[in-house]
Order: sequence, then C-alpha cells, then structure tokens
Amino acid sequence: MNNLTLLLPEIFVVILGFSILTIDFFIPKNKKWILPCFAILSLTGILIFTLVFLSGKTDELYGGILRIDGYSLFFKSAFLILGGILIVSSVEYVNKNLSNQGEYYSILIFTVLAMMLMSSSGELLMAYISLEALSFGLYVLVAFDRYNIKSNEAGTKYIILGALSSAILLFGISQIYGLLGTTQFNEMADILGNTSSINPGLLIGFLFLIAGLGFKVAAVPFHMWAPDVYEGAPTPITAHLAVGSKAATFALILRFFISGLMPLMIDLQIILIIMAALTMTLGNLMALVQSNIKRLLAYSSIGHAGYLLLGLSALVSINQSGNFNLAFISNTNFVVSGIILHTIAYGISNLAAFLCISIIYKKTGHENIEDLAGIGKKSPFLSMVFAASVFSLAGLPIFAGFISKFYLFTGASMQGLIWLVAIAIFTSLISLYYYLRILKYIYIEKSKDSQQINLSVISFGLLSVLFIAMIFIGIYPAPLMDAIHHATDALSMLN
Amino acid sequence: MNTFNSWLLFIIILIPLIGAASLIFIPKEQKNWIQWIATTLGFITMVLSIYAFAAYSHDAGGFQFANSWVWLELPSNPLFGQQAIELNLGIDGISAPMIMLTGIVMFTGILASRSIQESHKEFFVLYFLLISGVFGVFASLDLFFLFFFYELSVLPMYLLIGIWGSSTDFKTFIRTKEYGAMKLMLYLVAGSVLIWISILAIFTESGLGTFSIPALAKVGFDTTFQLIVFPLVTLGFGILAGLWPFHTWSPDGHVAAPTAVSMVHAGVLMKLGAYGIIRVGLFLLPEGAEQWAPVLLGLGTVNVIYGALSALGQRDLKYVIGYSSVSHMGYVLMGIATLNVIGLSGAVLQMFSHGIMTALFFVVVGVIYERTHTRDIEVLEGIAKHMGWVAVLFLIAGLTSLGLPGLSGFVAELLVFIGLFQTYPIAGILGIIGAGITAIYILRLVAKVFFGKLNEKVWNSLLDNKFSKQPDSNYWERASSVVLAITILIVGLFPFPFMEVINTGVNEILASMAGSL
Repeated sequence: MNNLTLLLPEIFVVILGFSILTIDFFIPKNKKWILPCFAILSLTGILIFTLVFLSGKTDELYGGILRIDGYSLFFKSAFLILGGILIVSSVEYVNKNLSNQGEYYSILIFTVLAMMLMSSSGELLMAYISLEALSFGLYVLVAFDRYNIKSNEAGTKYIILGALSSAILLFGISQIYGLLGTTQFNEMADILGNTSSINPGLLIGFLFLIAGLGFKVAAVPFHMWAPDVYEGAPTPITAHLAVGSKAATFALILRFFISGLMPLMIDLQIILIIMAALTMTLGNLMALVQSNIKRLLAYSSIGHAGYLLLGLSALVSINQSGNFNLAFISNTNFVVSGIILHTIAYGISNLAAFLCISIIYKKTGHENIEDLAGIGKKSPFLSMVFAASVFSLAGLPIFAGFISKFYLFTGASMQGLIWLVAIAIFTSLISLYYYLRILKYIYIEKSKDSQQINLSVISFGLLSVLFIAMIFIGIYPAPLMDAIHHATDALSMLN
Repeated sequence: MNTFNSWLLFIIILIPLIGAASLIFIPKEQKNWIQWIATTLGFITMVLSIYAFAAYSHDAGGFQFANSWVWLELPSNPLFGQQAIELNLGIDGISAPMIMLTGIVMFTGILASRSIQESHKEFFVLYFLLISGVFGVFASLDLFFLFFFYELSVLPMYLLIGIWGSSTDFKTFIRTKEYGAMKLMLYLVAGSVLIWISILAIFTESGLGTFSIPALAKVGFDTTFQLIVFPLVTLGFGILAGLWPFHTWSPDGHVAAPTAVSMVHAGVLMKLGAYGIIRVGLFLLPEGAEQWAPVLLGLGTVNVIYGALSALGQRDLKYVIGYSSVSHMGYVLMGIATLNVIGLSGAVLQMFSHGIMTALFFVVVGVIYERTHTRDIEVLEGIAKHMGWVAVLFLIAGLTSLGLPGLSGFVAELLVFIGLFQTYPIAGILGIIGAGITAIYILRLVAKVFFGKLNEKVWNSLLDNKFSKQPDSNYWERASSVVLAITILIVGLFPFPFMEVINTGVNEILASMAGSL
C-alpha cells in the first residue's frame, strides 16, 4: 500500500470536492464567492504539489490499472490548470444565471478528478469508469441551468446519447476481454503482437470501442449530439465539453492506442482515416450555415476533432510493413507530440472564445452571430482577444493554432498521409470563411446601441492570460514542446 | 559592423512587430503620438531596408546578412538525426531589391495614411503586422518561416479592407468592401493551401528533416515529383501574383482597400507571389520549372492582354489601376518563364518598378477619392486645373506604366521583351501589343480625367467642403508620392546599380538550375 502516496493529487482533489459541498452549507447566500476562491487556491496548491511530488516518478499501481509517468503528469497538470480556468470563467456566469453554486463547483472538480484518472489509466475498465465519471459530471452540469428549457433539453439529449455510447463502449470492452482474456493495455499489445491472424470478433470489439470513444469526442458519424448540447449548456460548461472532455478522451485514446493497440493499428488505420476525413469535412461544412455562435463553435470543434483524428490515423506509417524500428517510433512520437500540441493550442483558443461569448451573453443576453455586431467598439480588449482566438482556431500565425496545425500536419505527412493532410488543409480554408464572418460582425458591422461592455477584473485577467498564452505558444513554442516531448517519451517507453 | 549586419534582417522584421505591440498600449485618443510613432518606425525601417540593398555586395554574391537561430527542435530521428526548425535569414540579389521596395512602399504608405479618419491605432497595428510579414517572406531562407510570414501578411488583410476600405456603387455595378475583403482573403488562403501542401511534400520527399531552402536546393528531387509539385507551387504563389484565371481577387480587393493597404498589397504583396515562384519553384524544382515554363508563359501572356483589355473597359479609376496591376504582373510571369538571364532580370526589375509605380498610382487615386468622393471616370473631368500636383504625379506613374524611356518601366519591360525574343518570339510580340493597349487606357485616362474640359459646377458639387481651400494634395501626400516618383526616375535613368545586384541573384538561380538539370 506504500504507493498509495502516488495517488495523493487525486485524493486531494476528492477532498477538495467534498469540502466545497460541505463549506457550502455554512456560508450565507451573499458570500458564495468564497467557494470559487477556495477552489482556485486549492487547485493551485494541488498543481504545485503534483508538479513537485510526481515529477520524475514512474510507477504502476494495482498491477497496472493506473500508471504514474511523465505522460500522466503532463495531463494531470494540464487538467488542474484547466479546472482552475473553468472555475474562474464560471464565477460571473454562475452568479448571474445559476443557483446551487456549491454543487456546481464541486461537480466541476469531480470532473477534473475523472479527467486526471483518464490520463493515467492503463486498463480498459479503469478507463471506462473514469470516462463515465467525467460523463456523469457533465450530464449534470449541462442541465444545470434548471429554469432554461434549452439547458434541460441539452441535458436530456446528452444523457440518452451518452448512455447509448457507454453501452456500445462497454460491449466493445467485453468482446475484447472475452477474446483476449485481458483488459490491460500492455498485455493486449503482447498478445496482439504475437498472433499473426486477427479474430474478426476482436476487430468488431475494437470497432465498437472506437465508436464509443468517437461519441465522446464527437467524431462524425457520432457527432449529432454535439451542436444541441453545446448550444443548450451553460457557456462555461460548453467550454468544458469542447476542451476538457475532448482533451481527456484524446489523452486516454492516445495511451490506449500507443501502449495497447500498436500492433493492430495498421488494420484500424483505414477506419480512422475515413472517420478523420468525414469529421473534418462535415464539421467545417456544417459550421458555414450556423447562426448561433455556440453551435458554430460546436461544429468548428468537430472539425478540430477531425484534425486530431488525422493525427491518430497517422500513428503508423501508411507504408508500414510490420516491423517497428527506431525510425518508426520517432515518427510516431512526432505525431503524438503534434496531437498533444494541437489539443493544447485548440483548448486555449477555444477557452478564450467561449469566455468572450459568455461575457457578451451576460451583457446582451444573446448568442447569435448578428448580436456580436459592434462589439469591437463596445469593448476593444474583449474583441481583440476574441479575434485572436478566432485567428488561432483558423490556424493563422502568430497564434498557437498555426504552429500546432503545422506540426501535426508535418508529422502526418511524414507518415505518408499527405492526401489526408491535403484534405485537412482544404477544410481549414473552408473554416476560414465562417471565422471571418465572426470577425465581420465584431469589427465591421455597426451596432444598434452604444452600450459599453465593461470587463470585470477577473475576466480581464483571465482574458489577458489566455491571450498571452496563445501568442507565446505561437511565437515561441519550444518550452511547451519540451514538456510535450517528455510526456511523449514516457508513453513510447512503455511500448 | 559585422554583428550589426548579421542582425540587420532580424531588426527589419522586428521593428514593425515592436511597433504593432507598442501601439496597442498607447491610448487611442493620442492620435498625434500614434501617427508620429508609426512614421518614425516606418522611416527607420525604410532606411535600414535601403541600407540592406546598398550594402549588398554584388561581387561577393550569394546569401548575405545571413544568420540563423534555432527556433524549435524536432524530435531526433535515426533517418536524419537531430534537426530543428530554424529562423534562417539572408538575402540574395533577388530579395535585396524586394526588401528595399517593401521599405519604400511601406513608408510612403504610412505617409499617405495621415488622412485615415477612424481607429488610427488599430489601423497601424494591423498595418505593421502586414509589413513584418512581408519583410519576413523576402528575408526567410526557410520554408517554414517563409510560410509563417506569408500567412502573417495575409492575416490582417480582412480587417484592414473591411474596416477602413471603401465600397464601389455604380448602381449597375456594386461591390461592397466586405465582398472585396472576403474574396481577397479566401483567394490568398487558397493559394497558401497549395503552398502548404507543396511545402509538406517537399519536406517529406527530401527525407532531410529540414525546411532550410539552401539545403533543400541541393537535393535534386525526382523528376516525376518535380513535375507534380511545381504546378502546385506555381499556382499557389501565382494566385498571389494575380495569375490568370485566379486574378479576380486582385482588382476587387485593391479597389476596396484603403490607400496604404492597396499600395502595399498591389505594390509588394503581389510580388511575394512572383518571388515565391522564383525562390521555391525555380530554385528547388528546376526540372519542373523547365517543363512547365511554356504553360506559365502562356498564362502570363493572357494576363498581360486580358488585364490590359479589362482595364480599358473600367469606369472606376481604381479598377483601372487594379487591372493594370494584373496586366503588369503578366510581364513578370512571362519574364520568369523565359528562364534566361535577361528575361528573369527583367522580371525582377519589373517587380520593383511596378511596385513603386502602382503605389504611386494608388496614392494619387486615394487623394482624388478623398477630395471628391468619387472615382467614376464618367464624372471626373479636367481635374488637373485644381489638382496640379496630383495630375503631374499621375502622369509620371502613367508614363512609367506604358514604358516611356527614362522611367523604370521601360528598362524592365525592354529586358523582358529581349528575353522573350530569345526564346518565344510570338509571346514577345503579344507582350508588346499589351504595352500598346496599356498606352491606350493610360493616355485616355490622362486626357479625359486630368486634362479634359473642366465643368466648374460639377467640380464644386463633387469637392468635399473640408478641402475647398486646398483641393490639391497636402504635404504628407506630396512627400509620399514624390519619394515614389523620384525612385522611378532613379531606376529609369541609372538602372545599372540595380541590374548588377539583380543579375547576381538571377545568375545564381540559373546556375543552380543548370547544375541540377
């Protein structure tokens, strides 16, 4: 039981979640601001503790159910930071629109816990349980705006489709367990590497698994829930869905694919290629005709999931003949680093965009693109950050989105997937049109009223942090890339 | 001095970026401050860019002012070892004049932007981003950064045109500025899509794990590969250079843009395209260039004739200039397609000459539009009486455009024609016909709009009251256009210093092509 200490960060997060619920009972209604303050301070503390305590440690817990390594450390810190950002960006929204603040923050923190577990699980059941923990938290959070019909509708849709996808996922897992006799990633890799012929039942199992995970990342053709849910959910939670849940699922998928499915990747590649091509094309095409800004960003995030899937399909070279030499591993590492970098860059840009939308919604009460008219005059700083996040999502320099796309696409074309990369680049041309439409309303269209939007100190601070992060990564990505390379190396050493 | 020289290009790229960053923090009420900071930084950058050209030693040749900084290390790979993306700067005989061109046009653009009415701060922030990107493309010796800066120069265009631009409304012919901005942006990014794909293809095919252009030039790609990728590169950069039939963004975009942006865009950004064809297409993919040159030549010829004919039919003064750009860029493309020293040198000189000339055109047209709020050729008549400076400067630009000896356009076009007659005489004849059509539309314009019969009633109804005391250009606009006009005269009368530098660059490109063929 000695290595239970390695779980201390998770344990602290659990304690934090429960103590917020408890403290909530004892503080009066007008002092609820204590809750987010407390949560943020504690998360910062846990983050520092995690970085100091876990750095350089590599271990596995309970016979490989959980893995503590550089990869999980990287994502744990990323999710703790994300949790902090989500709480800060929720403060004003929650104050104005939601009741039961204690529950909101504690559930948010439990989802952070679930994401941390997802990035470190080394076994299918653990992966499933942590994924479900995340989903259940999100079901509640999506429907948290009780008196808003859209939010309720979104919650219902999300839980029904989510339950369906979980069932599919679980079916896939049981199929795999039945045929392989293990749910451990490492053991699966060993068995798969040693068998020359693959049982079709096994392939079906993996297909179900991919379908279930495809639901969670909103990959076409499993994306139908995303726009409705994104539109109805409270905006900070939409950001969570678009960034947190997606990043955590990709963290899980990456570990699963790299340490468990590598021998089978050549067979699964064609499916992933088709999914990637469909996802980026459809996501970006559908975004063209949206009028609600949250729906638009929902489709744009489907498009971005397509780029990440492109990375997944490029984990093995198209010309791979079966022997995994050193060049092969380093190319795979290149792609994995690209996926992680793009997840981070996309996450930061999307967080900034959703924060801007949430601030604008607070002032105007509208979420249509037309209602963005004249924001450029009303709040120059807010619109500058919004424009920057839009440029970053569109993949233009000096913002993070440019280098991350370039890196990911370079990696994928080194694996011989240049045709798929060409499709991806063409779809990013399509995406430019709707991103520019946002800019047109922000800066060019005149607004009907001249009511100024004043930013609170919190929003101003958070917006500046995200803005600087976008530009910093875009201009000088080397420090972040170093950290990502460490994470990637940890992952491939398991291989 | 050596340390200074090795940092020179970096500083030239950095100053506009610093300008953009620092202007963000200046309160928007301080209009004078913003103007002066922009003007000062612009002036310093222009001086540095002229220095870069003047100090380029054509005896030594090669890439000068070269320096490189490791920007991002790639994961080490047993195939090519530890590689990194490097910020690799340096200029040769072709990019040196382009750097100077950018400096001059950029600075005169700032001078011409004094009359901007709203949001000075945002305008100059975006303008400086654009400039930094343009300098970056000309100075980069690394495909990644070439692409990075190219996209950086595309980024601010939508807002620059959309916010500060002007729409065209002739009842029967309506083009809003949003339309122009969106069209320009989508075309340019469509070009960058092709460029991006071909960069990735070149990177993967080389197997070197580097984006460095000099390193990639030594590779000697497979012939089939070159035949496939060269058209991609040429089309991608060609869209930017206004290659027919993908030129339509250029008139629409340039007409909608505010004066300074039209100047930089038509004057410099279109040259990025031609430069890219030379630097990436000819330099890295010589066999592809050899095979595809006739096609490029054919399209370039269509550019010249079609652009000139279209200019002939326009009613909007700015559209005439826009189509004349398309037509003149045709000479550049034709010159490139000759693949001989004279033609290619002519193309590069034409890039420089047309950049300055078209900037001058746009300053003048901008002044007219600001005073009268119209660019309709049917309405404007005989304005030289009240706008003497404007008329003279337009005449200089116009005569350059039709190739009057003694002005820069003559030298450039003459060289292109000589180059053409060496290889494709028929295209040479067509090119001269194009120059003839140019003379028709320019002289028609000069005769009617400037020296026609002035109707004082119409003139008074057109003239904005603000300018009733002094309808002619003000000192800033005069300074801006005189700088450009003097440059035209210098290049036209003393082309040899320019030709020496350009020839060095062209010879190296052709030698490297000959070496790998």
